[in-house]
Amino acid sequence: MPKPLSNREIFVQGLWNDNPVLRQILGICSTLAVTNLMVNTLVMNAGLIFTVAMSSLTVSVLRNYTPMRIRMMAQTLIIASYVIIVDISIKAYLPEISEALGPYVGLIITNCIVMGRCEAFARNNPPWPSFLDGIAVGFGYALVLASIALVREPLGFGTLLGFRIMPQGFTPWTIMIMAPGAFFTLGVFAWFVRAFFPQTAEEKR
Amino acid sequence: MVQIDSGTLFFAAIFTNNILLTNFLGLCPFLSISRELRASLGLGAAVVFVMTCTAGINYLVYYHVLLPLNLVHFRFIVFIVIIAAFVQLVEMTVERYFPVLYYMLGIFLPLITVNCAILGASLFLIIRNYSLTQSLAYGAGSGIGWMLAIAAVGAIREKIQKSAKLPKGLEGPAITLLITGIMALAFMAFSGMIQIQ
Repeated sequence: MPKPLSNREIFVQGLWNDNPVLRQILGICSTLAVTNLMVNTLVMNAGLIFTVAMSSLTVSVLRNYTPMRIRMMAQTLIIASYVIIVDISIKAYLPEISEALGPYVGLIITNCIVMGRCEAFARNNPPWPSFLDGIAVGFGYALVLASIALVREPLGFGTLLGFRIMPQGFTPWTIMIMAPGAFFTLGVFAWFVRAFFPQTAEEKR
Repeated sequence: MVQIDSGTLFFAAIFTNNILLTNFLGLCPFLSISRELRASLGLGAAVVFVMTCTAGINYLVYYHVLLPLNLVHFRFIVFIVIIAAFVQLVEMTVERYFPVLYYMLGIFLPLITVNCAILGASLFLIIRNYSLTQSLAYGAGSGIGWMLAIAAVGAIREKIQKSAKLPKGLEGPAITLLITGIMALAFMAFSGMIQIQ
């Protein structure tokens, strides 16, 4: 059995080395769609971090009581319960943003990262490291999406968090608000990271 | 209820509101499976079938069970369980009665439960207040649109692997995302034809 990781190692792993978006391009579906506005991205990220951390914790607490065969179903139900909490809270406190996010909050359930962390880490580790791992991975994910929003909002609307930051004469690039803009931005990000910080054997080749 | 006939909605879901290219749903299996055309088509076909059926089932459950009982907040749990159960059921039926089809689609079926496009379609039809026929048309259209996108990208990637020499770091997901972006641009050309929300 490998030596248990220290808290700091868990954090670095989750934030950078195992960064789910840049390394594995996983779980972008539910959140990429809202990256054209920074506010929406931040709310969505907060929801995601909460869901990953809490469901990792719960899965880990229950890890000795969950039968192997039905563990996927149990994990899905745990995740779905936390997503419902997130959805209701956003509806109650931020109704306008809830309107803008539409179905994407619910889609956190099928976000591969949440399930991936439960399956890969929380299932075999004690509660506290699992919780930390969930937070670290959540932040790693949030960081990437926030940087995508940081490119898309100023170029697409000329604003950041609603404040105008581009000069008056700037013509917004409509394409950046629409779907292709997100694909291009994420594609270039992934390219950059893989080219300059190769990690796995396959990438180093 | 939205005033739009089901036929129009069907084509809108394929072209102007393609679930993958405009709503970013189903990207994870899309990026990992689209390495070759054959696998893309197999997964695509499975998605079309499951998406159409679950759209119908989820519509009925939402309006005839959840709404009268005032349990709408539980729709996420209920929908995901229905989708998982349906996929399991289909897998068993196909394995038992259509072994040939099972060899073609079998490995893709379990992947579908976690395909966000399936759950996404069910959530969209609730938010947009579609009727039952509209929901079925939307489910089928979205499925076919998804299949179209993954098949097209699969074919392009197959060619790229054989011929092109890519710069360092661009192989794999990065180039796929860029291709998808260009394809999304091309699909935007359709958007003048039909408008749905």
